[in-house]
Amino acid sequence: MRVKYVLNEVLVGLWRNVTMTVAMIITMSVSLFMLGASVLMYMQVDQMKDYYYGNIQVSIFLADDVNDGQRQAIAAAIDNSPLLAEKTYETKEQALERFKKLWADSPDFVNAINANSLPESYRVKLNDPEKYEEFAKTVEGLPGIRQIIDQRQTLEKVFEIFNAIQVGALFVASFMALAALLLVGNTIQVAAYSKRREVAVMKLVGASNWFIQAPFVLEAMVAGIVGALLGFGLLFLSKVILLDNKLQALTTIITPVPTGNLWLMLPLLAGIGSLVSAITAWVTLRFYLKV
Amino acid sequence: MIQLENVTKTYPKASRPSLDNVSVGIEKGEFVFFIGPSGSGKSTIVKLLLREVQATRGKVVVNAKDVTSLRSWKVPHFRRSIGCVFQDFRLLPNRTAYENVAFALEVIGKTKAVARRVVPEVLELVGLGGKEHRYPHELSGGEQQRVAVARAFVNRPLILLADEPTGNLDPDTSIEIMRLLDRINRTGTTVVMVTHDSNIVNQMRRRVIEIESGRIVRDQARGVYG
Repeated sequence: MRVKYVLNEVLVGLWRNVTMTVAMIITMSVSLFMLGASVLMYMQVDQMKDYYYGNIQVSIFLADDVNDGQRQAIAAAIDNSPLLAEKTYETKEQALERFKKLWADSPDFVNAINANSLPESYRVKLNDPEKYEEFAKTVEGLPGIRQIIDQRQTLEKVFEIFNAIQVGALFVASFMALAALLLVGNTIQVAAYSKRREVAVMKLVGASNWFIQAPFVLEAMVAGIVGALLGFGLLFLSKVILLDNKLQALTTIITPVPTGNLWLMLPLLAGIGSLVSAITAWVTLRFYLKV
Repeated sequence: MIQLENVTKTYPKASRPSLDNVSVGIEKGEFVFFIGPSGSGKSTIVKLLLREVQATRGKVVVNAKDVTSLRSWKVPHFRRSIGCVFQDFRLLPNRTAYENVAFALEVIGKTKAVARRVVPEVLELVGLGGKEHRYPHELSGGEQQRVAVARAFVNRPLILLADEPTGNLDPDTSIEIMRLLDRINRTGTTVVMVTHDSNIVNQMRRRVIEIESGRIVRDQARGVYG
């Protein structure tokens, strides 16, 4: 009986104030969508780091006038490094082959290049790509080296961009969350006002505090969960529409978003949405009903 | 049953206390009037007994419970032993007489079956048999107050507090309500009534405690308004 009473109160409460309920749900869903997107992005960047850092190389380009002695000294220095995982040597001819493949779309450009204009190089994989600096010291300054390039530095720039987007999304999410919480507080105040007679009688006859507060708190929680479902829907749609269709070209850079991660957002958003609204409602009631 | 010991209540920002060092004892089964002019502190006593407000100093004991040291989460349960009637009835306009009384039972966790058994009984007792399904706006003032009394009494409280219960009623209706309260008193329920209706006090000839400027100026068994 009491459960039925409380549930009925929740539905009536949400319906009585339906414009406010809709506003609350919409801001909640946008806020949770942004939160979900930034959490997904965070997981994605982690995954991409694993993926890319595993394939990362340090390229040591040799000077045009390098001689055999210098070449062997460099090779020895690389071989002696404890950080070495794998070393390959690329001649000028191999470099040209690779270059042709890479630029196969522009034959004019390729024809203008001959093997002599490309440097020979050592390609080194490190067992720990974080320790690039340490490795660079062991070969740096040896005669016959033109340039040492760490792919990691290029990647970090890409990750910095991802990071900035993620921080931006979190920033927007927190602003939207603030608006959503204020709306929750306001909705609960309006609900408490419209039920002030019932609340006064309940206090008078000694209804327990939880029984007075439960319909209001549940009202906020239901709105929070509906908001979370909508937010998740937005997240799902944007993955399907943006990543799987429109921006598919990007998927050569961004590793595919695992569906498992996406589904993980559903309980996360619903949990955060309902918990945060419940707490907000409860705190509002403590000030407003003084039960 | 009710014990006030050197109770002082000063509201924030008030220049003088509403109750000033008041001590009074009320036994089980008594019928007591608190009388006095507006602002004398009568209603503060009702609020203290219900623990709607806390005493600034002194001790309030109701039904063997020290209200002044009662933890706030225990207040709801404490209030179930006290019935309350007010000048403005405080009925829910969108519920019938039956539903108003049943509501009071249901929100303290009684089942619908209990309500079905007890509510018609108590409505009969207050003389509203046959009007269970009227809404408050379909009832006269006296009948609305009867519903309020039924709601206050349905839980068989040990104490019935009545704050100006006849304040909105004409003299004849007031007397009917007083008869009802008297009947309830005869069941053993302690009745505490705040009023400034001199006719009623003079007719009832019960204990009268007069308050003026927060102090008890008279406490008389079988008293009159004076």
